[in-house]
Amino acid sequence: MTRSGAGPTLVLVLAVAVLVGCGVILLLERSLTRILLGVVMLGNGVNLLILLGGRSGGAPVVGTGPVDRMSDPLPQAMVLTSIVITFGFTAFLLAVAYRSWYLSGDDEVPDDLEDRQIIRRAGRNEVGAVDRGGEGPNGDPEQVDPEPARRRLRRGDES
Amino acid sequence: MRALVPLPVVVPLLGAALTLLLAGKPRLQRAISVLCLSGTLTVAVLLLVQAYRHGPVVVAVGGWPAPVGIVLVADQLAALMLVVSSAVTLCVLFYSIGQGRSDTSESSPVSIFHPTYLVLTAGVTNAFLAGDLFNLFVGFEILLAASFVLITLGGTETRIRTGSTYVVVSILSSMIFLTSVGLVYAATGTLNLAQLAQRLDDLPDGVRLALELMLLLAFAVKAAVFPLSAWLPDSYPTAPAPVTAVFAGLLTKVGVYAIIRTETLLFPGGRAHILLMVVAGLTMVIGILGAVAQSDLKRLFSFTLVSHIGYMIFGVALSTAAGLSGAIFYVVHHITIQTTLFLVAGLVEERAGSTDLRRIGGLARVAPLLGVLFFIPAMNLAGVPPFSGFLGKLGLLQAGVAAGGPLPGVLVAAGTLTSLLTLYVASRVWNIAFWRSPRLATSKPVVQLPRLMVGATVALVAIGLALTVLAGPLFDVTADAAADLRLRTPYVRAVLPDGVP
Repeated sequence: MTRSGAGPTLVLVLAVAVLVGCGVILLLERSLTRILLGVVMLGNGVNLLILLGGRSGGAPVVGTGPVDRMSDPLPQAMVLTSIVITFGFTAFLLAVAYRSWYLSGDDEVPDDLEDRQIIRRAGRNEVGAVDRGGEGPNGDPEQVDPEPARRRLRRGDES
Repeated sequence: MRALVPLPVVVPLLGAALTLLLAGKPRLQRAISVLCLSGTLTVAVLLLVQAYRHGPVVVAVGGWPAPVGIVLVADQLAALMLVVSSAVTLCVLFYSIGQGRSDTSESSPVSIFHPTYLVLTAGVTNAFLAGDLFNLFVGFEILLAASFVLITLGGTETRIRTGSTYVVVSILSSMIFLTSVGLVYAATGTLNLAQLAQRLDDLPDGVRLALELMLLLAFAVKAAVFPLSAWLPDSYPTAPAPVTAVFAGLLTKVGVYAIIRTETLLFPGGRAHILLMVVAGLTMVIGILGAVAQSDLKRLFSFTLVSHIGYMIFGVALSTAAGLSGAIFYVVHHITIQTTLFLVAGLVEERAGSTDLRRIGGLARVAPLLGVLFFIPAMNLAGVPPFSGFLGKLGLLQAGVAAGGPLPGVLVAAGTLTSLLTLYVASRVWNIAFWRSPRLATSKPVVQLPRLMVGATVALVAIGLALTVLAGPLFDVTADAAADLRLRTPYVRAVLPDGVP
């Protein structure tokens, strides 16, 4: 940052732009690992942006210099907090990506339920199912009688 | 009285630490959780009484005075939200205890449930009490981090699949929120809400609008307002029933609460009202059309959840005292009812083994109590008189008619249509899942639902009915809260008694 306190340097602004831009592009990917990288870049970009919001200057310690030449300490405190939060979220997302890879062999974010149903129907050239709300029990071939739920072990019974 | 304000945040957090330490002793864990949330509820009621009688209760954390330090503010809106949310979380906690395990899969790490649940509560209460934009952000992050753990509880394949969508969308909305916090600070040099209320007024119109839209975008993702709501029906239904219930009841409403604060305290008379009204109408209609098409109970309720968020946004967008009052009443009503419906869906799953409407039927005959427990909140949600859903919708529609003009008129029509379609959806579920006769009279051994689960659901249904009976006094409180929100001075004066520096 500039020493004069006149405003942010162009370098920082460009860094924010590049980080956020790359982050957004990576977020649009299907693989969780790339999304994770996107989150990291986006998070760092936003943190830099917060830093840009405050006045620049010397270290904000009372007694080390004139008060009006000090940098604004508040954005720095906020950035510390948000770095910690971003770190935590990144760690969690990493765990989710690993678990997803562990369970299904890849870490892609799949289509949602509706999309898959629509694709399946379109493949068979079907139209949407009709509402069978008013029909009796025999009118609906798909109805299956409710199975009683398996009783789960209560806590006390386990031992 | 002031010493009470931080308690709703501190008590659950300490409780979370304790329950984490006592991970091996489930009975003690449960006792501590119940104790903490009961304490929170008591404090919340006291705060509401105080805020209603004497105006906002403010505490400066750490003794640093307002614009420098962080303040926690319990005005009427915040206190009312606290009361409802802690009542609902307490009921859901009992429900999850009644479920025996807090999760349906046998091998899940149950010991983590109670600490996480308490942290979630602390995040929600912190967001409600925050008198500082960054503290609001921290509140959101606390509840999000806890919700990530809860939604992927057990780490099964479906939960990881839906959980990853939820996590990524939530992180993105947090980033947008954080960016707008940074920009607001850069533009005004403060994050204290009361001080912002003054300083934002002096900004040029373009900057003001940009900041308002950024904040609204972040909150709209969290509140699941229409174009940004696609993540919700896909991620909520797979979580365990109590978790889904508390998410549906509270998390989206925290977003709505933040939108109310933004639109009243920070940007009153802003230019986003028309936009908000349009998205409110779209949220209502498209959400409920989604619900019409669903065949799974939990997904269906997720769509009604999205749809009814539209009513609250509509009330906020009207920006009249009547509209705000109706919106606040509707938030209170909807937190209770939507949570109840998800708990009932959990009971149906427990009783019939599935929530898929194609696989269940005739529940009213085999489980009459379950039928009643579904019927009352479902009719309440649809807005059948005399329930609180009807009163809330009536209040909002009246405010819409009173506001006049073509756009509010369209919104009133959309609201009525949504209400009718909700009734259609509710009666469809009733017909299929409860009313049609089961093919065989069940001679199988009847599954007894755990008494505590039923009890907790009955309690929530009773709270929903109490909202109907006590609608008069409640409307007094919400009208008063709305008047205060519109004035802004009670809030600002309570936080900065010596005037704005």
